[in-house]
Amino acid sequence: MAEPVSVAAEYLAGSRARAARTVLGQVVLPGEELLLPEQEDAEGPGGAGERPLSLNAGARSRVRVVCGPGLRRCGDRLLVTKCGRLRHKEPGSGCGGGVYWVDSQQKRYVPVKGDHVIGIVTAKSGDIFKVDVGGSEPASLSYLSFEGATKRNRPNVQVGDLIYGQFVVANKDMEPEMVCIDSCGRANGMGVIGQDGLLFKVTLGLIRKLLAPDCEIIQEVGKLYPLEIVFGMNGRIWVKAKTIQQTLILANILEACEHMTSDQRKQIFSRLAES
Amino acid sequence: MQRGLDSETKKQLEEEEKKIISEEHWYLDLPELKEKESFIIEEQSFLLCEDLLYGRMSFRGFNPEVEKLMLQMNAKHKAEEVEDETVELDVSDEEMARRYETLVGTIGKKFARKRDHASYEEDENGDIKPIKAKKMFLKPQD
Repeated sequence: MAEPVSVAAEYLAGSRARAARTVLGQVVLPGEELLLPEQEDAEGPGGAGERPLSLNAGARSRVRVVCGPGLRRCGDRLLVTKCGRLRHKEPGSGCGGGVYWVDSQQKRYVPVKGDHVIGIVTAKSGDIFKVDVGGSEPASLSYLSFEGATKRNRPNVQVGDLIYGQFVVANKDMEPEMVCIDSCGRANGMGVIGQDGLLFKVTLGLIRKLLAPDCEIIQEVGKLYPLEIVFGMNGRIWVKAKTIQQTLILANILEACEHMTSDQRKQIFSRLAES
Repeated sequence: MQRGLDSETKKQLEEEEKKIISEEHWYLDLPELKEKESFIIEEQSFLLCEDLLYGRMSFRGFNPEVEKLMLQMNAKHKAEEVEDETVELDVSDEEMARRYETLVGTIGKKFARKRDHASYEEDENGDIKPIKAKKMFLKPQD
């Protein structure tokens, strides 16, 4: 832990913008400015904080860089707004300088367009349902945004039901709106989540960790017994297994695996497999 | 005697009028702002950053529909990276040609008059026979 602290202290002492490329994988603090690769050439080692930003359009062709969660655009640089590790992803195909983002941890969810979330129906008023997604206001869900729903054929949704849907409108100025169909009109697994099961809350970082393509936890859990899990990007997980005991074991494992090392986890799984 | 104004004075008056009108229009007295083309796009979503799997999962056959969905969504996700997409036709070209062949005959029958019905005789198979030459009156040669 001494390493990130010393690095941060050095930065604060120097108060010079660092190149994003050199900071990948390290801890960054809010308020830091990061330089993008093209700007490093102009900034020599003795460069003070200020240098004239001469945008010579003809000289260099700029690539489009996407700044993801935890970063903001500040002139030509990236400004860090959350503390965490800086990550970068190269562009797969096509143009663009890739994506930079900060891998941070938080419990409070802020609605983002395109995210799939689990919501709880809290009210039914006229043609829309009010769904609690864990944000600052309840999202609205129209009864027509279900697969095969028409004005005569209304979906069977009651207050207290769990809904798996995605946001179509989610910004700080408006009430978030969600739907349970995709752009082609198909449900794709969205809609009312079935009976029974258990809903519990975890941190947002854990959800992303569990949904990573190479997550061992999910693979190991899947081998235990038949079960079903739904992950919502708002930190909510719904699990269901054949018996209540199995469901509770599963919920405990998922909540605890955030703070366990892989060895401890393997121990627990082997003990479960035995019993 | 001069009736009305000279053409020159007319022009001058017109110009003065136009000047007065255009001066009355409001305009912003700002220096020209150059639009800064920004090369940084801000996105608040994690979907772009990390390839996350589909959120619904089912294991060991607990929910077969969800398992099918899992395969579909995760395969779609990986297939987007590979750019070999073959467009699958719902109806093959041969079938289309066959349908059109028979369609023309059946619709044609509907609008044919009684005399033309002879040309639309059907084979044993139900296919329409090719139209024979109509029998016209032949003038006898001397």
